[in-house]
Amino acid sequence: MSEDTWIDVGAEADVPPLGSRVVRAPAGDIAVFKAADGTLFALFDRCPHKGGPLSQGIVHGHAVTCPLHNWVIGLADGAAQGADHGCTATVAVKVEAGRVLLAGAALRTGARAA
Amino acid sequence: MPERLVIVGNGMAPGRMLEHLLDKAPGRYDVTIFNAEPRVNYDRIMLSPVLSGEKDYEQIVIHGDGWYIKHGITLYKGHKIVAVDRAAKTVTSEPGETVDYDKLVIATGSVPFIIPVPGHDLPGVLSYRDLDDVNAMLLAAQSRQKAVVIGGGLLGLEAAAGLQARGMEVTVIHLMPTLMERQLDPAAGYLLQKAVEERGIRVITGANTKAILGDRRVEGVELADGTILPATLVVMAVGIRPNAGIAKEAGLAVKRGILVDDGMRTSDEDILALGECAEVGGHVYGLVAPLYEMARVAAARLAGDDSAGFVHSDTPTKLKVTGIDLFSLGDFADGDDREDIVLRDARAGVYKRVILQDNRIIGTVLFGETADATWFSDLKKKAVDISEMRDTLIFGQAYQGGSPLDPTAAVAALADDAEICGCNGVCKGTITKAIADKGLTSLADVRAHTKASASCGTCTGLVEQLMTLTLGESFKAAAAPSLCGCTELGHADVRKLIRAHRLKSVPAVMQELGWTTPNGCAKCRPALNYYLICDWPGEYRDDSRSRYINERVHANIQKDGTYSVVPRMWGGVTTPDELRAIADVADKFKIPTVKVTGGQRIDLLGVRKEDLPAVWADLGRAGMISGAAYAKGLRTVKTCVGKDWCRFGTQDSTGLGIKLEKRMWGSWTPAKVKLGVSGCPRNCAEATCKDIGVICVDSGYEIHFAGAAGLDIRGTQVLCKAASEDETIQIIAALTQLYREQGHYLERIYKWADRVGVESIRAAVVDDPDKRQALYDRFMESQKTAQVDPWAERAFQGVDAHEFAPLADFSFKEAAE
Ligand code: SRM
Ligand SMILES: Cc1cc2nc3c(=O)[nH]c(=O)nc-3n(C[C@H](O)[C@H](O)[C@H](O)COP(=O)(O)OP(=O)(O)OC[C@H]3O[C@@H](n4cnc5c(N)ncnc54)[C@H](O)[C@@H]3O)c2cc1C
Ligand code: SF4
Ligand code: FES
Repeated sequence: MSEDTWIDVGAEADVPPLGSRVVRAPAGDIAVFKAADGTLFALFDRCPHKGGPLSQGIVHGHAVTCPLHNWVIGLADGAAQGADHGCTATVAVKVEAGRVLLAGAALRTGARAA
Repeated sequence: MPERLVIVGNGMAPGRMLEHLLDKAPGRYDVTIFNAEPRVNYDRIMLSPVLSGEKDYEQIVIHGDGWYIKHGITLYKGHKIVAVDRAAKTVTSEPGETVDYDKLVIATGSVPFIIPVPGHDLPGVLSYRDLDDVNAMLLAAQSRQKAVVIGGGLLGLEAAAGLQARGMEVTVIHLMPTLMERQLDPAAGYLLQKAVEERGIRVITGANTKAILGDRRVEGVELADGTILPATLVVMAVGIRPNAGIAKEAGLAVKRGILVDDGMRTSDEDILALGECAEVGGHVYGLVAPLYEMARVAAARLAGDDSAGFVHSDTPTKLKVTGIDLFSLGDFADGDDREDIVLRDARAGVYKRVILQDNRIIGTVLFGETADATWFSDLKKKAVDISEMRDTLIFGQAYQGGSPLDPTAAVAALADDAEICGCNGVCKGTITKAIADKGLTSLADVRAHTKASASCGTCTGLVEQLMTLTLGESFKAAAAPSLCGCTELGHADVRKLIRAHRLKSVPAVMQELGWTTPNGCAKCRPALNYYLICDWPGEYRDDSRSRYINERVHANIQKDGTYSVVPRMWGGVTTPDELRAIADVADKFKIPTVKVTGGQRIDLLGVRKEDLPAVWADLGRAGMISGAAYAKGLRTVKTCVGKDWCRFGTQDSTGLGIKLEKRMWGSWTPAKVKLGVSGCPRNCAEATCKDIGVICVDSGYEIHFAGAAGLDIRGTQVLCKAASEDETIQIIAALTQLYREQGHYLERIYKWADRVGVESIRAAVVDDPDKRQALYDRFMESQKTAQVDPWAERAFQGVDAHEFAPLADFSFKEAAE
């Protein structure tokens, strides 16, 4: 798979607004979020604090609050907001013909490293 | 090239100095700070609220990491300076960093004094100075055992109150006959002792510590008279000493503290000292107000203004223990040339004393009622001749010149240069001017722009009154703390407006009440969702996206992202069939841990999220429903065996517990609700530390409420007595409904009761049968739609199926490649 491969991970309609779904990948779970305005984001499902599953948090604006200790993580850049410091890797995501596509390279990083 | 300024110590004094310096001479110095503590500058004064749980560390940080970055300041955390070489003009830290300076500021604060009795170095003996001490105390408090605080001064009493709030059994031992004898006269010291004892803290005065006992860690304290007090924690708060060690080694002039002139200069003209380590004009200080004055002077001098000079002034003492109001200022020793005016109100526990010399106030001691503290201070500071108002002086400002005035009249009458905030030396005029000129509308704004009420916070009330005075009614609207950053409104207002405007969805609330964010935040959304569920039962559709994860998936998230599952076990009673079903589920889904909870039921821990619906299906087929161990709602009803088995049981406590649980399960509440029913006053179900408890007695049922045994330990209060089971159930349901309607989100019953007052609750639930009936009816109405088992919906009806399955799974495919 080359850098520019996109992988179809499911229907856009299956990701609820203000919610998220998980994609299991060799590099680790990826959380696909949908904001209230319909924008999609994808991040690795690990909080920069203690690895909390961000997919389980509350989505507000373009941010998610981690379910374990309430860090707020920006969805666009994966960076912790406010006084906290840390960053979760983002994954490129796009929608085509109602399907959610993720950057193939990101899904495979872990597999390659292993 | 900027000059190099090096600061040793990063406490409150140099922090304030830097603020002034950056203001006055930005860019003049290249600043490097060394701090022995491994952290930024925080408000040391507020350690007591952190200890008692009223604040957390993040809330007391003065300068966060970002501040240092923004101002280009290098901060070495955890770097204690061990050597100052004045010839080479360098300092060297313990980890080995050496830095040159042009100007050096020493601000090493104080070191707590440790009485060198045998055992003083045992593990478990702490001082009270920094965040590490607080963290160590919190850790020790988890054991909920006994603590001894040596020293009944300001720090010792704040430590004692904090530890007691954290559930420890605390004894304070004090060498002198009365508490805080350096700030209070014996009369006030006595009232203080009573107030401290009323909170359940034991006080022993006139007690000399002989030894601290223990083998490998603290086990107790022995007094000179042979008394032995068992303890797992000993806090020594017997005084502080200026930390002048490195200055002395560097050959600077040192007496009690590092000697400085009124420009904060030490005996070396390139070295300044300030804060508690400095001695100026024969004084060393232990409260921040004079240290902030030193900070102002030092900054001015560093900025090149040689006219700034430090002037001594008395600093008032206040104790930061919620509910104990005391104030002392100046000199209160007896003397032939002095006169006292004293007012006592024994019933109200009020004592006021003003000490006069030549018709001028030289000292003030107030206990129980401190509203006039500012006024007395002002009269003292300005050395006003009080002969004219001698007779009424002690009654306070409101009584001068006639009838008592409205609450803001007192601050209205203050002169513009009257000091409002003692810590930061902010006067009334500065505050009112800032409010008017800068258009400030919130307390936070006033704090940011004037620093008033930004340190110890005891003047917050005065500042708020000034705001009301300056802004009129418009301020009061915003006075309650707002629900979150998305709105100015407080919980109570939001609840009122939801009903008044008949708002029935989260977006409707946000729209109509002017939320400043598009879809709220993780704080307001769950609160709004609850308010709407409570106010529009049957009508409002629960918004799962506004639920915390546990309530959204009806299980408790664990640290590794798996979940725990706790089925209801009605009143703590189970059957062989239920136990078999639980065992089968644990085997089938390879659930790693099966644990009995503190709430009399069984917890299956470590369930994979995907397995949750199948686990619930199996439990459901055996007749079990969700135990709501995750819910801001009814949790457990603990019971004891009661009269069916127990030789002391007076009523069927188990049966009543089961009836209550069956009546109340499924209800959502502002915070969790736990019940207990004990069959007799021996109280084996621990009913008197629950949100609601019942103690059965021969003549009926004693209904208790407002207890807790978590972060706070609270014994319940008796609500009333009931004659029958039915009446008991009705009263408890009505009480729960009143709490559901009035409680602020996340406010447990005891906090709600503290806020609205037990009397108002009793009036509605006990004294007025019509109100009680109406509350009960509303509760039952709400239960009609609330009693749906969420597990069954998800296990058998596919509700929220997307929550439990991944969108796609590539892990297997990729691994097989
Ligand atoms: C499982 C259990 C511990 C156990 O193994 O015994 C437990 C586990 C948790 N408790 Fe508890 N508490 C448990 C009984 C208690 C008790 C004892 C009791 O109920 O008699 C208390 C003290 C009584 C009280 O509530 O006043 C208790 C006081 C707390 C508190 C402090 C609440 C407070 O207002 O101060 C919290 C924190 C909170 O709720 O914010 C808490 C929070 C928690 C959480 C939910 C922490 C969290 O947010 O993840 C834990 C969930 C673990 C899990 O996934 O299962 N737990 N917790 C107990 C479940 C009881 C049940 O069957 O439902
Ligand atoms: C629990 C508590 C409650 C208090 N309550 C009040 C109150 O209500 N009102 C009030 O006015 N005051 C109160 N105080 C006192 C007030 O906090 C202090 O007066 C003030 O913090 C002193 O400021 P400082 O800058 O001189 O020293 P500190 O704030 O003590 O800072 C000194 C810093 O220097 C560091 N340091 C020491 N030696 C070295 C070295 N060799 N190298 C590098 N770093 C070093 C220390 O680690 C420390 O961080 C309270 C204090 C405590 C502990
Ligand atoms: S179960 Fe309760 S006491 Fe135990 S660690 Fe979790 S929150 Fe703390
Ligand atoms: S793991 Fe996310 S906040 Fe702690």
